[in-house]
Amino acid sequence: MSAATQAKLWYAQRISAMVLALCVVVHIVTILYAVRGGLTAAEILGRTRGNAAFAAFYVLFVLSAAIHAPIGLARIAEEWLQWRGRLMNVVLSVFAAALVFTGLSAVWGLYGG
Amino acid sequence: MAGSANTARRNDRRARGMPGYWAFVVHRLSGVGLALFIPVHFWALSKSLQGEASLTSFLRWTDTALFKFAEWGLVCLLAAHLVGGLRLLLIEFAPWRGVRSGWIVAMVGTTLSVAILLAALMMH
Amino acid sequence: MMLNIETLKVSIWRGGADGQFVSYDVPRLDSQTVLDVVTYVQRSIDPGLSYRFSCRVGMCGSCAMTVNGIARWTCRTHVSKVSVNDALELAPLSNLPIIKDLATDMSTFFDKWAGAKGQFRGERTRHEDFANVLPSSAARKAADAGIECIGCGVCYASCDTVTWRPDYLGPAALNRAWTLVNDERDVVGRERLRAVAGDAGCHACHTHTTCSERCPKGIAPTLGISGLKRVTARAAVRGELD
Repeated sequence: MSAATQAKLWYAQRISAMVLALCVVVHIVTILYAVRGGLTAAEILGRTRGNAAFAAFYVLFVLSAAIHAPIGLARIAEEWLQWRGRLMNVVLSVFAAALVFTGLSAVWGLYGG
Repeated sequence: MAGSANTARRNDRRARGMPGYWAFVVHRLSGVGLALFIPVHFWALSKSLQGEASLTSFLRWTDTALFKFAEWGLVCLLAAHLVGGLRLLLIEFAPWRGVRSGWIVAMVGTTLSVAILLAALMMH
Repeated sequence: MMLNIETLKVSIWRGGADGQFVSYDVPRLDSQTVLDVVTYVQRSIDPGLSYRFSCRVGMCGSCAMTVNGIARWTCRTHVSKVSVNDALELAPLSNLPIIKDLATDMSTFFDKWAGAKGQFRGERTRHEDFANVLPSSAARKAADAGIECIGCGVCYASCDTVTWRPDYLGPAALNRAWTLVNDERDVVGRERLRAVAGDAGCHACHTHTTCSERCPKGIAPTLGISGLKRVTARAAVRGELD
């Protein structure tokens, strides 16, 4: 991987971090608000079903996480496990794809389900 | 160059007794914890695809003390990773005010606040 | 006349990478520096002890060692500040190959300065006028913040990222590169950005801030490395590093 690509990955991780910072604040505040008095499925789905703003927000959240997490894990794998090269790229690409797939299906389930 | 590691001494704990290093450790470990948890979290939520009944049975399972404790812990990890990450972004994108050691205190404070508040709300 | 009969228990690393600590008793004196202790051992106990020093006043940067686990200039470190229970442990700097005793091979360290394009290259000759660099300009201030580095290696020896990735250029070389990136007379900016980008360069830094905590000159390489991260990432996005 060229130094230019590594620099771009760093940038992608930091920009996704900025997006995630906003998303996480909203998410934590929502959790603290929603968890009062316990959670029920009807309550959650009542809030999320057909709510386009909810869906858009969490699609952004999922995609940012799918960019952010694999790049961070790659660093850790290199430094603490001495993983290098193609195998690591494949494993982490699969991880990113799994995050996108499970994340978007979760959003779709709460939005449409 | 790479061979130098074999003939060089390595630092021990004494070299790392500063807040910046521990902030890094918390940030990295909370990041790994989140990366392991988030796919499970997404998978569990996607069960709601099958509708309310499925989500209800899922939420019933999540009502166990162990699961609640785990969820609570992970929100705490999220809070720690968030504040630690904000500090890193400030250092990297607005470095003219130094290495922001005060934010390490904020990292501890925010995490504890979220931990206590969430625990209180969960137990109502 | 002996002014002070207290003794200091000093254990000093002897030999190469497979050496061990050897204990010495050194008379404790007022205002004694760690370098004084090392010098006493060599002059009065074992002339075979190898170590490096020159100026004794914090200008040359050659006497850095690991003192009770922490990299320091020994000339400017008073025994009273660092001894624990009247004991000192002295080892060569970490992250650098040991030659013998307290002397490390610094060539990797300086090769990385060259690797980070740490040499100034201008285009004016002596026949032209001086460049006028405004002292108040942001670039000049950024360069000034890092310019006092004397290359002692304390930051490099303290850096965990160097330990984890031996190819990482390290804080001193990157700090130097940042001063040159901010030198408006320099003409090899793009090659320098190419040299310092990526996982063996500035983007490997995890902001432990150990370098900035340990620098005896009070420089914060972390901040210069942050500057390089931003500038190189933007250059990469614009395709200037390809």
